[in-house]
Amino acid sequence: MMMIETRGLRKSFGNLVVLDGIDLSVAEGTIFALLGSNGAGKTTFIKILTTLLKQDGGTAIVNGFDVASKPYNVRQSISLTGQFAAVDEMLTGRENLIMIARLRHLKQPRQLADDLLSRFGLTDAANRRVSTYSGGMRRRLDLAMSLVGKPQIIFLDEPTTGLDPEARIEAWKMVKELADGGTTVFLTTQYLDEAEQLADRIAILHERKIIASGTLMELKKLFPPAQVEYVEKQPTLEEIFLAITGKKEAQ
Amino acid sequence: MEMAQKQETIQKQETIQKHFFSDLSVMLGRSMRHIFRSMDTIITVTIMPIGFMLLFVYVFGGAIQTGAGNYVNYLLPGILLIAIASGISYTAYRLFMDVQRGIIERFRSMPIASSTILWGHVLTSLVSNAISVVVIILVALIIGFRPSAGILSWLAVAGILALFTLALTWVAVIPGLTAKSIDGASAFSYPIVFLPFISSAFVPTRTMPLVVRVFAENQPVTAIVNTIRALLYGQPVSQEIWVALAWCVGILVVAYLFAMRAYKKRV
Repeated sequence: MMMIETRGLRKSFGNLVVLDGIDLSVAEGTIFALLGSNGAGKTTFIKILTTLLKQDGGTAIVNGFDVASKPYNVRQSISLTGQFAAVDEMLTGRENLIMIARLRHLKQPRQLADDLLSRFGLTDAANRRVSTYSGGMRRRLDLAMSLVGKPQIIFLDEPTTGLDPEARIEAWKMVKELADGGTTVFLTTQYLDEAEQLADRIAILHERKIIASGTLMELKKLFPPAQVEYVEKQPTLEEIFLAITGKKEAQ
Repeated sequence: MEMAQKQETIQKQETIQKHFFSDLSVMLGRSMRHIFRSMDTIITVTIMPIGFMLLFVYVFGGAIQTGAGNYVNYLLPGILLIAIASGISYTAYRLFMDVQRGIIERFRSMPIASSTILWGHVLTSLVSNAISVVVIILVALIIGFRPSAGILSWLAVAGILALFTLALTWVAVIPGLTAKSIDGASAFSYPIVFLPFISSAFVPTRTMPLVVRVFAENQPVTAIVNTIRALLYGQPVSQEIWVALAWCVGILVVAYLFAMRAYKKRV
């Protein structure tokens, strides 16, 4: 079943056309990455799908509901994690989760909060104000808040922008676990490796249109066949960083 | 088909209405926590007006002739308005932060009664200003404030102050939603905090030069202050009460319309 389906989606701001006829389908339980450079319109697209913005033309169906005419049903099916961790800094981590659980009208919000805190490794920091959290901890709390009430579809707008490499890998792991649990994940990213690591399917948004989409293998076929060359494999800076810091932590 | 759709719309509205009060209480609890956890807010909205009151009563007050006996009796209504005017600037601040940090987007993408996003802030403003007003009145009682109002007069005073708070809070919502910076979000309140100084709040207007006096007697603070004063000391309430109410309701309606427009545009 298709959890997200858009047909000819269009959006302009004044004279500036941002999206010009976007067709996309995302199957249940898969991770879909929308890849594009800064300002390509990824956030605009996600805002339309999450009922925050109205499109100018075309249709968008999320979990079987039209976003324009059934926004309330769409909101019951989704959760959104924005570009910057949308957490309440003045509250503690636990209070943030309880707040979201109560706003989703769930029973036993405290129990739910405690479960998520331990699942995301935040139990020790549960009663600390979020303003004292590190960037990685905020992101984890942000994700945990998105999981309250087990929405069927999770939208992640640039989930790892601004995270350090370790927090980034940690976030990837959690996104994979989500999809393994049957949740559909729609994410935007400007990092090629992120799309490569995570996504079942990838679409490239460029100059208002989807210029390519498919699985990683399908996208690779668009390019000339690989040639075999002998290249000395240098470690990437990321590998070096992780090796050094990992060693430090082990000591 | 049409029937079914109508049924569905009604059901949806019922679900949202059913959640209105529970959503509103979550929003209220959240921003009340913000207030109690920020020393800065408590100092500005309660301790600063009390400081003003002490300063005027014990430093300037001896030299001010109001003909009202203890100066605190004369001064208190103006101090309460100043406290409220500085209190609402924090509503603008909290709303601005919610917009900036993306919390509002998170709320709006959730299945909640979306009107509670703004009403939560408005209700918080009413509750927190009521608390600071009560604290200031208690301090005033300690330093010699002696009202002679009956219960009905007190209720009328509470009603006027609540209406004044509500009107100014909706004014505060506008910069909260539209400001480009934190400073911009709270700067709008400075002139409002200053307004009581050019009114009958601290001194009677009769000694002021003509131009200042015309302004002072025709701006909302004078009508509100005079009305509250009359109510507190059992004097006959002049028709100024209608001027005061008209100002409050007028500001409320205009500010509400602009605030809703700003909200629709912003989101």
